[in-house]
Amino acid sequence: MTSLWLDGACRQWIRPGVWCLVAAVLSGCQPGATTTTASNEILIGHYGSMTGSEATFGISTDNGIQMAVEEINAAGGIHGKQVKLITYDDKGDASEAGAAVTRLVSKDRVVAVLGEVASGLSLAGAPICQENGVPMVTPSSTNPKVTKIGDMIFRVCFIDPFQGSVAAKFAREHAGLKAQKAAILYDQSAPYSVGLQDEFEKAFITLGGEVVSSQQYQAGDQDFSAQLTAIRAAGPDIIFVPGYYTDVGNIALQAKKLGVTSPMLGGDGWDSSKLGEIAGDAINGSFYSNHYSHQDPSARVQDFIKKYAAKHQQTPDGLAALGYDAARILFEAMQRAKSLSGADLAAELAKTKDFDGVTGRISIDAERNAVKPAVILEMKDGQPTFVTSIAPGT
Amino acid sequence: MANPAPNPLNASWPSTVWHGLQPYAAGMVLAVILHFTLPGMVGPYYSRIVIDAGIAMILAVSLNIVNGLTGQFSIGHAGFMTVGGYSAGMLTYYGSLWLWDAPEKHGGFLGSGEWLLAGSCLAGGLVAAGMGYVVGLPSLRLRGDYLAIVTLGFGEILRVVLQQTGKVLEDPEALHAASWSDLLCPPAVGGAIGFSGIPKYTNLFWVYAFVTFTVVAAYRIKYSSIGRGMIAVREDEIAAQAMGVNIARQKVLAFVLAAFFAGTAGGLFAHESGVIISPKYAGFQRSFDYVIMTVLGGRGSISGVMLAAVLLTSLPELLRDFDQYRLIVFAVLLVGMMLLRPQGLFGIHEIWEFFPRHRASPRRPPA
Amino acid sequence: MADFAQTLVTALAIGALYALIALGYTMVYGILKFINFAHSDIVVLGAWSSYSLAIRLLPRLGLDPHNPTSTPPLWVGAVVLIVAMLLCSFVGYVIERLAYRPLRRAPRLNVLITAIGVSLLLQNIGQLDFVFGASPQKMPDLLPDWKLATFAFAEGETTRQVVISLVDAVIFGTAGTLMLVLEYLIFHTKLGTAMRAVSFNADTAALMGIPVDRVVSFTFVLGSALAAAAGFLYVLKYPGMSQPAHTIWVLLGLKAFIAAVIGGIGNVRGAVLGGFVIAFVEQFGAFYVSSNYRDVYVFALLIVILLVKPTGLLGSPVREKV
Repeated sequence: MTSLWLDGACRQWIRPGVWCLVAAVLSGCQPGATTTTASNEILIGHYGSMTGSEATFGISTDNGIQMAVEEINAAGGIHGKQVKLITYDDKGDASEAGAAVTRLVSKDRVVAVLGEVASGLSLAGAPICQENGVPMVTPSSTNPKVTKIGDMIFRVCFIDPFQGSVAAKFAREHAGLKAQKAAILYDQSAPYSVGLQDEFEKAFITLGGEVVSSQQYQAGDQDFSAQLTAIRAAGPDIIFVPGYYTDVGNIALQAKKLGVTSPMLGGDGWDSSKLGEIAGDAINGSFYSNHYSHQDPSARVQDFIKKYAAKHQQTPDGLAALGYDAARILFEAMQRAKSLSGADLAAELAKTKDFDGVTGRISIDAERNAVKPAVILEMKDGQPTFVTSIAPGT
Repeated sequence: MANPAPNPLNASWPSTVWHGLQPYAAGMVLAVILHFTLPGMVGPYYSRIVIDAGIAMILAVSLNIVNGLTGQFSIGHAGFMTVGGYSAGMLTYYGSLWLWDAPEKHGGFLGSGEWLLAGSCLAGGLVAAGMGYVVGLPSLRLRGDYLAIVTLGFGEILRVVLQQTGKVLEDPEALHAASWSDLLCPPAVGGAIGFSGIPKYTNLFWVYAFVTFTVVAAYRIKYSSIGRGMIAVREDEIAAQAMGVNIARQKVLAFVLAAFFAGTAGGLFAHESGVIISPKYAGFQRSFDYVIMTVLGGRGSISGVMLAAVLLTSLPELLRDFDQYRLIVFAVLLVGMMLLRPQGLFGIHEIWEFFPRHRASPRRPPA
Repeated sequence: MADFAQTLVTALAIGALYALIALGYTMVYGILKFINFAHSDIVVLGAWSSYSLAIRLLPRLGLDPHNPTSTPPLWVGAVVLIVAMLLCSFVGYVIERLAYRPLRRAPRLNVLITAIGVSLLLQNIGQLDFVFGASPQKMPDLLPDWKLATFAFAEGETTRQVVISLVDAVIFGTAGTLMLVLEYLIFHTKLGTAMRAVSFNADTAALMGIPVDRVVSFTFVLGSALAAAAGFLYVLKYPGMSQPAHTIWVLLGLKAFIAAVIGGIGNVRGAVLGGFVIAFVEQFGAFYVSSNYRDVYVFALLIVILLVKPTGLLGSPVREKV
């Protein structure tokens, strides 16, 4: 018994074809939860790694952004409208980041997007924002490529070349260091770390130094004895470790155990109270470059630290501070903008000048990057203490 | 009223060719319809999920050739996808730089740029197929979980090796100045940060064109003598050998075919907007996703695996409102599914075999 | 020479940890013939529950867990270890009972997918705020920072020291003791005989009156307890703990599983041997060749060994039955 209309060779393909279509349509027609937008609300989106290996970073950033949102809403919102934040998780996966941003800009129709921490994920999300004319402010993606995507993409952090050269300059010229030989230990799985070590190496060699050993690890590695033993054998004056605090703590502990005495130098990825907690006295005498110093007596910084600590029972790390600043710069531009259209908002964001942020006095330059001085901090008794400040272009 | 099926042996060659091409033609028509109607109906976000689902279908259906049909166990499928994605990306990116002096999109629907995409995806598939041959070789000596661990090792090795690749050349001058060795050893594909700058050609039409290509090919393989040989290997290697099936050839062939389709899917994936293909994708986590799809769909059931691919791609998106609990819900559903329906959605059957009158069809015994 | 000795000390300590975890994989595989992907999450549970216990226990002794002025008495470590082992055993039992037992007769691939599902579940529950949270933490020091032995090597003008610290000795000692206990249990008790019988042929074992389900449960309890011990020792040595859902834990589990495969899966002594082999290849490869490809060495070694001797170093050859 065969059917009337499906026969012979036809059966071979019509059915798979039909199911193919049904499957495709099914996946498309699922009714998603609709986000209700009251007219007195302004929606902004955030995409970040809320789960997975990089969850720490996404959650910190989100905490910072949320604080900024609460503050602006408590102060009456923007032009009388309350700000509502939608956060989507991207699991630290570029294609999920793409989906999250697509949803934010096309389904939720947010006015602006904040995110991501990792440059690789910002590079995935930014073109979608650019295409749809929605401004995106990344709090902490340091790779130069990110803002080159287009005139809708901004950032409030340094770019790698600046921070790399600051570190190299400091290592060569600081009175206590005058390093001639540097060793590098970087996270080969993190674009941030790879980019920074690249720039450091270039700048350090230009300044007349010598890189005696370059070692790598993978984010999350717990054992660094092989790399540190090799570095110890090379006898450097300084070890440049451009990683995240999560790994640097372990590196410092093991370096001390192995009797490596050279001081370490790092970037803003070190900025967290966890670093001192994990490494204890092993990290003392090491330096890192950062956006700001926790000891900065200005009310802006102290208020932020106090409020954050009250809410989350810990001192904010650098990512939380950057998330907070990114959101505040966005809100300020919204206040100034004559409408909340993407073009107007982007134009106002580009005009940001001498914004008094937690992470320094921020101006946005013609390339839509933040221009701000870097501070060098030294770990003393597990606390970062201010050493010097290096302005851009010096 | 049933017309007798034309006997291919007696038919004239144009009719044979036409019968062979029919399903592809129909698939293309479906793809064109999807391409022009869906975005207007459901918007870019849901269209994107449909694209993702299509890519997942290709990957799951191709993995099914190894895991479902041949009964081997590969958990390195994302490795093949990544190899294909990187190769295809290199071809379109550097090809565009060389041809048009800019890596941006070139040409509209079915324009020269899109044909470059199709060519690159096929080339990416071929590179992946070569890799599949190499990875398939151990399957001659190893079986079951041992093979699984080797394929998993392949993916992890690939991940680490891809992290060591060089920087992407950004402009045509750099490309013209570069020698082949600058470009290829190590490949200039961006290292840990991933290969950014690939023109984003992937759209509904091309994805579903490749889905058609993969599904029809997989379906024909399944019901051909090759596929029967694979199923024989799955059911009992020794008996298959006794019946004259060349086990070694079947196993390696399964790997090569699966890797080829995975490579094309990788090419589409690398060219999808909002995706930066990076070494991370070669790791085991993504491979697990596809293994889950094949098991959930039922081993060897092409339609089941397709449905599973759609479900597993859209589920995490539909669960977005659960926030942090999203993956917990997902995991619970997965375990629950395995406990309640261990044979997968359709078991070894195709979906239409559940309609009783077709079960009796003598031409399609369940595989 | 100093570098060689230093690498040797590290490799021995890490090898002991790999071996402990590998034992859990190998026992489950020996009996149920599937890769228990959730095993690495039991290690995570062991590590993080030790942390939670320690920071709750220390304040009661008048010590600040975050800024310790002195190290707590040794029994604190023992208590934490035992409680973590009990907790993980319980969780291991529950997982087996609820997720794996109903699939005893299903294809192995299904059990594997279930294991991946359980693993996802544990990871994502673990990183919830009210469980362990998603930030890295510092395990408080439970052991005094003693140097048990110091070797000095003269190299040119400088003298290099290689230190064996208490932590390394404790890891080696605890792991060694647990392995000896296991060895005794498997080869010299009735329960161990039952385990081996079930591993050999579960159906026949059932006919001989061996309660297969109970033996399987016991295997999970035992494997999970060892995993908990490994997790505890791991964070003693590396106190900066990655957050529970970090891929690094899965990779740790994978390496341990590879150790089990290299040693000959299902073989308890093989797992121990494999653990040390992996650790040596990883450490010496990273030091003498290049740290870039550290994970590659492990996987490459696996592929080579499987191709040369598919049943692993100590595995017995399997006869095809027709």
